[in-house]
Amino acid sequence: MTEAVATAQKREYWRWREYDWRDESLDWKRAGGISVGIDVGSVSSQAVVMCDGKLFAYSSLRTGSNSKTSAQRALEVALQETGMPREKVNYLVATGYGRVNIPFAQKAITEIACHARGANFIYGPTVKTVLDMGGQDCKAIRCDGRGKVTNFLMNDKCAAGTGRGMEVMAELLQIPIEDVGPASLSLPEEPPPVSSTCVVFAKSEALGLLRQNWSKEKVLGSFCLAMAHRTVELLSRVGVEKDFAITGGISKNIGIVKRIETKLGVEALKPSIDPQIAGALGAALFAKALYEKELSGNAKTGS
Amino acid sequence: MITAGIDGGARAIKVLILRDGKQLARSSALTGFDQQATVTQALESALQQAGVAREELQHITATGIGRKAISFADSEVTEMSADAKATVSLFPQARTVIDVGAEEGRAIRCEPDGRVKDFAVNEKCAAGAGTFVETMARTLEIKLEEAGALSLKAEKVIPMNAQCAVFAESEVVSLIHSGTAKEEIIRAVHEAMADRISAMARRVGIEREVALVGGVGRDAGFIKALAGKLGMELFVPMEPEFAGALGAALIAAERARAS
Repeated sequence: MTEAVATAQKREYWRWREYDWRDESLDWKRAGGISVGIDVGSVSSQAVVMCDGKLFAYSSLRTGSNSKTSAQRALEVALQETGMPREKVNYLVATGYGRVNIPFAQKAITEIACHARGANFIYGPTVKTVLDMGGQDCKAIRCDGRGKVTNFLMNDKCAAGTGRGMEVMAELLQIPIEDVGPASLSLPEEPPPVSSTCVVFAKSEALGLLRQNWSKEKVLGSFCLAMAHRTVELLSRVGVEKDFAITGGISKNIGIVKRIETKLGVEALKPSIDPQIAGALGAALFAKALYEKELSGNAKTGS
Repeated sequence: MITAGIDGGARAIKVLILRDGKQLARSSALTGFDQQATVTQALESALQQAGVAREELQHITATGIGRKAISFADSEVTEMSADAKATVSLFPQARTVIDVGAEEGRAIRCEPDGRVKDFAVNEKCAAGAGTFVETMARTLEIKLEEAGALSLKAEKVIPMNAQCAVFAESEVVSLIHSGTAKEEIIRAVHEAMADRISAMARRVGIEREVALVGGVGRDAGFIKALAGKLGMELFVPMEPEFAGALGAALIAAERARAS
């Protein structure tokens, strides 16, 4: 019994909240085309539903062990309470790490193309550099005014600079992941960055700093600073052209965003739409274009 | 002549005492918070075993990542030099030393007299060091000491996609959930690590014979995987974790003679 109680009380500091949203003012029944994008990432999955190119509903959930069921669940949650049956979806594009394992998608498109396309929708045509900070990778993407990728670089080999690395640190310091950013900024002055690149080594280093009586906030600040340095290195290798925007889960961590901005000397655009859905949103936009192409193709052959 | 070598490693402190080239005593202790105290304790314990008084030590040489903190040492030496010196004294035919410790992996090419010719180090990434096996063993809920024997029982080699220890942990969890045998998972871990270590060794160039030292040299599963990748048998000392301390003690003797 005591064990059960202990399990129930054990807080998972890394666990971020799943969420969903829908535009109740939009009547999907009047839409000419319904397009869906699903981004099955290594850590989180998002589904975005668009009606005639307008954002209608979305969800963001934790990815399970199976890509197909994670995608299904994301779409179900996005569509719940809308009354829209899944069969109404005209075109579905999958993206992300698990994109090839989603049998009900008409097409799979890389997350790099989708993030650039999604960022173009969220931030407008002035965005030329997109930094996507995801669960298990980090991408620096250059794109044109139409959201088309011109160049990119990614780190998917190492947890340093990814959401997973941040989860590990949140768990170690027992600070809820949503509070990491603000906590890391609540310092009178910036601490020196941790010297370890590797998250495993950074963990031992963090423990050593705590033993030297550093506050949790100071250790977090030190870790966030090192993570920002590493990300800026990746960015400078592709080159940063204004405007600059950040997508993916870590874009919500103010402690990382602020430090990247300071280091780059460039401010990131403020999002009007949740930047974590950028990949799925881009996929939904591709789905819309592909559906329209299909329609016009049918019209041609039909005439 | 009596000398001591102290290896202040990331995980453990090793002390070795030599008399005229012969080992008198060894002792090791986990690197605690107070490294200075741990070192003193390990040294005292080795002295006691050897039946030697502290004053009889003619020279103490320190090595390892924590060598700067060993303030009472008479001199210090890099891990590379210590490893090369020790290896050539143990295996005179060895020309390449691979040292895999808790937080570092090194490949060293050496001269017949034990001087260093060239080397490469990985200290940036846990995936090329003992911590990797340790973390995965913890995830598999097996003891680190059992990892080697278990790995040797694996019937087939499955691939490990993750290169990072953090990502590999998630991969191991999903392998467990999908019902993969523990033997095969730990074998995959050993193979993945051997891939990285052998790639590093190739960067400095592999010259026969090759010796494996460092704490991970106790892991039979890793030895087999690395030997497989390199396509040759490896020389492994009985107590591979003491190579650094042995090299330091040998160098201490040289320095005592020279002074």
